[in-house]
Amino acid sequence: MRKLWRFTGGIKLNGFKALSNNAINYDLPIPEKLILPVRQHIGDVTKPLVYVGDHVFKGQLLASSTSFISAPVHASSSGTIVDIGKYPIPHQSGISESCIVIETDGLDEWDPTISANIHPEKLTVEQLHALIKSAGIVGLGGAVFPSAAKLKPTRPIKTLIINGVECEPYITCDDVLMQSRSDEIIRGVMLLKKMLSPDECTIAIEDNKPNAKRALENALKKMYSAGVDETTNINVIAIPTIFPAGSEKQLIKVLTGKEVPQQGLPYEVGVVCLNVGTTAAVYDAVYQGQPLISRVVTVTGPEISQPQNYQVLLGTPVNHLLEASGGTKTDNYKLIMGGPMMGMRLPDSQVPIVKASNCILVESLAQKQNEKVMPCIRCGACTTVCPMKLLPQQLYWHAKSKNFEKLDHYNLSDCIECGCCALVCPSKIPLVHYFRYAKSEKSENEIKEKLADQSRIRSLARVERLEKIKREVEERKAKRKADRQKKKSIESKKEKVKGEAPTKNTESGERKEVEPKKVAIG
Amino acid sequence: MEIIALTALALIFGGLLGFTAIYFRVEGDPIVDSIDAILPQTQCGQCGYPGCKPYAEALAAEKAEINQCPPGGESGMKALAELLGREPIPLNLENNIADEGLPMLAIINEDTCIGCTKCVQVCPVDAIVGAAKQIHNVIDMYCTGCELCLPPLCPVENCIVMKPVEQTVKTWKWVNPQIRLEDTAA
Amino acid sequence: MSDSTDNNFTSSPFIPSSSSVGKMMRSVIYALIPGILLYIYFFGWGVLVNVCLAVVAALFFEWLMLVMCQRPVRVFLFDGSAIITAMLLALALPTIAPWWIPVVGSFFAIVVAKHLYGGLGYNVFNPAMAAYAVLLISFPLEMTLWSLPLDKLPQNISFVDALNFSFFRELPSNLNIDAITSASLLDHIRTEVGLGHSLADVQSSPVFGHVAAAEYEWINIAFLAGGLWLIYRKIITWHIPLAMLLSLFTISLICHLIDDNQFSSPLIHLFGGASIIGAFFIATDPITASTTALGRLIYGCGIGLLTFAIRTWGGYPDGVAFAVLLIGLTVPLLDHYTAPKVYGARKGYDKD
Repeated sequence: MRKLWRFTGGIKLNGFKALSNNAINYDLPIPEKLILPVRQHIGDVTKPLVYVGDHVFKGQLLASSTSFISAPVHASSSGTIVDIGKYPIPHQSGISESCIVIETDGLDEWDPTISANIHPEKLTVEQLHALIKSAGIVGLGGAVFPSAAKLKPTRPIKTLIINGVECEPYITCDDVLMQSRSDEIIRGVMLLKKMLSPDECTIAIEDNKPNAKRALENALKKMYSAGVDETTNINVIAIPTIFPAGSEKQLIKVLTGKEVPQQGLPYEVGVVCLNVGTTAAVYDAVYQGQPLISRVVTVTGPEISQPQNYQVLLGTPVNHLLEASGGTKTDNYKLIMGGPMMGMRLPDSQVPIVKASNCILVESLAQKQNEKVMPCIRCGACTTVCPMKLLPQQLYWHAKSKNFEKLDHYNLSDCIECGCCALVCPSKIPLVHYFRYAKSEKSENEIKEKLADQSRIRSLARVERLEKIKREVEERKAKRKADRQKKKSIESKKEKVKGEAPTKNTESGERKEVEPKKVAIG
Repeated sequence: MEIIALTALALIFGGLLGFTAIYFRVEGDPIVDSIDAILPQTQCGQCGYPGCKPYAEALAAEKAEINQCPPGGESGMKALAELLGREPIPLNLENNIADEGLPMLAIINEDTCIGCTKCVQVCPVDAIVGAAKQIHNVIDMYCTGCELCLPPLCPVENCIVMKPVEQTVKTWKWVNPQIRLEDTAA
Repeated sequence: MSDSTDNNFTSSPFIPSSSSVGKMMRSVIYALIPGILLYIYFFGWGVLVNVCLAVVAALFFEWLMLVMCQRPVRVFLFDGSAIITAMLLALALPTIAPWWIPVVGSFFAIVVAKHLYGGLGYNVFNPAMAAYAVLLISFPLEMTLWSLPLDKLPQNISFVDALNFSFFRELPSNLNIDAITSASLLDHIRTEVGLGHSLADVQSSPVFGHVAAAEYEWINIAFLAGGLWLIYRKIITWHIPLAMLLSLFTISLICHLIDDNQFSSPLIHLFGGASIIGAFFIATDPITASTTALGRLIYGCGIGLLTFAIRTWGGYPDGVAFAVLLIGLTVPLLDHYTAPKVYGARKGYDKD
């Protein structure tokens, strides 16, 4: 039995997984419009390469990446570009960002230049990298970090972890993916192994997903019996079900006992962690030559009529999914992208599904309306459950008073916003809201301070410059005055000298021409 | 006996106090720098002084009140009150509206600019570029929103206006949860 | 979507939390009930009179302060914190105390120690213990007249008699005050040791039961059961009770072994006086206790040791109240220095 560690804190939650964990629905009709934001990842914005009116094929490159930490965007279906402009993106603020809008023609024609790779096992590591980068693959667990950048660690990797944990309640997209595409996932894992050459490779699943575990183990056995022996170092491990075991940092602690350093990345402890969805996308990119244009999305919740998982084209508006699931049961609902613990409230259902959308949760509105918030009674329940070993109580006090120094001291930036503390608080204080508020105030404050410093320097420089000009003007004035004085004194001296000579008017009135004495002038 | 002991103690402690007062004396006036660090550096002059440093000097010399800086807002005034040990007072809003809302930037309408360089000369942080009879432009990165360049200084109507900075996902802020909970004591 | 009041800016988590302040407080009240029932069984109705007076007075003062401070009354009045304070205070008082003792105590606990410091969650001192300390120091006579258990009284005292005594200081005709009062066991031990008698004599006095104070030992066992149930329900954690009782037990054992004529046995310390109720109900008051795990252990140890010190060498027979108040002063320091190291903490990490 492989040794497992425990991470501090965490809570056991009701899973509600049975609502939707049967199969993937591949028959979702193609929506009329696909709205593709040019930035669906962490990192720099992409550059659109198409124009309004262009016809595009499925899988065609629409926007290219502009830096190392960036991922290109591809067309999810064939059609015509009708607009490139600002549309609301999935974010709780309702802010709009630049999006490419495709009106689909219903034909769903693949780009003719895309074809499967005949010998994927012969590709070199560099070629694999290039394929993954050009396919626009990002972390599909929700963090959407460009995978090509993640797969170029600057240190040797000891452990490759494939994250099939899915610890949030309601979400089952990884579960059904592992059950239906286990062969592809294992092949993807082998590709990743080739790129990173780790000492060992672990696929981690929570122990509430026995079907998924069995599917992956069977796929491994099949590969092994077919003579492929690179699978010997791949293990499928079930870990205890506790939230947030699927969070990268906590999962690394459970499987390796090591803690990722503060503000650091997993490669610093020799680990690379990728989601199973990302792994399947790697398989698609390398074996089939297909870029990332769709993903599995769970539509679930107490207020949706037919909860299930769909294979959704990126850019599909959320209301299209809601209609396909039989609509909402009542009008009193709210939409959450993600899970109930860490998900984001969506302001309306017109926003598109993006690479980060793993679940659309339809919850009832009535739930939290009448909960009165009490003062903190210092019970310490939040400290007991925090998976990052923080003191949420202290962070709460200092977030209220915007004391950024103290917030730094108590490591506010290490908070992963998992929501465990807010869930157990008997006073029902919205702790995560306070921490997010404090983080945004802090970053705004930093920007303001930078601007203030810059303004101070510029205004001082301006004052100095003006003074310098003034000084120079005065100097010039003084110099001119001095010159004039000198000239005057020379002139008067000249006059004096001339007066001693006979050119001066005498009383006789005669003017005699005399040789002027040669007097030195100057 | 007691009198001698107490007198000796008094002499010792007095001497210690005097020694530390002389030996650890701080030269100069670092308070001006601390005040300047709190001020928002808009250099707008709404306080009545030509810039933030002169206002800081006036505050240190106790010649000015702490409520004269609208861009600093309530929080700035409170920070000054704490630093200087004075009572917080309501902001003096005679000069302009306190700016606790969205940050604003100046923007020049290039069609109507006549190139008079008046705004170029007045900008306290040199954020406007332009020369005589050439079109002027505001560098967004440096503009502090002090509004000194607006009419009546600019002789053209509707040539230079203030526009709010567009919010992006990166600059969007979470609302203060306390605002939501006005009906409890939290 | 019809959510005009719920704006777009609410944050995760979107799961309703099952715990609440009211639930926590109610659980503590339930845990106290077995002990109170045994108390009534052994010592008569006096304790019920005290509890009722204290609770009513506490609720009244709480309502008054909430109205004066313009806070939402319904939410705070019935959250259970005032009731618990009143109950703990009443349990600390002698059963034959006059009616104004619990009322004045409630006043001090609710108005001064709780609301004048900022209300629920902001008080520095445990209100019940602060009130007890004030009463003990201001009214030493009334606070040190303890009643004999019912079975040692010449006759039964009914509920009406108890009320009568509490309000009017009138006893049934054939009883006089000396017949019903006695010193508590710890008090008795103090005087005996002070007089130079050996502790062996104490064991033969009528105040002594099986292991500790007569009848009080059973009441304390009932409180122990209640406290263990609270730990099982995760309302309180095991750190403070274990640390306090263990440290008290250890030091009294050491001293008892050194000189068993001067120092009482550990069992007397644990089951006599307010050690058990202090460990599970008073020291664990979340608002005034430490919040980190290590801090709680140190806090509990400190209270145990200080209780022993006050009982043995201090001026009062039972030191739990003062120990809790004094060690409570060190809580901010404890919290600051016992903060756990964050996940992935780097040595010498420089945050700029």
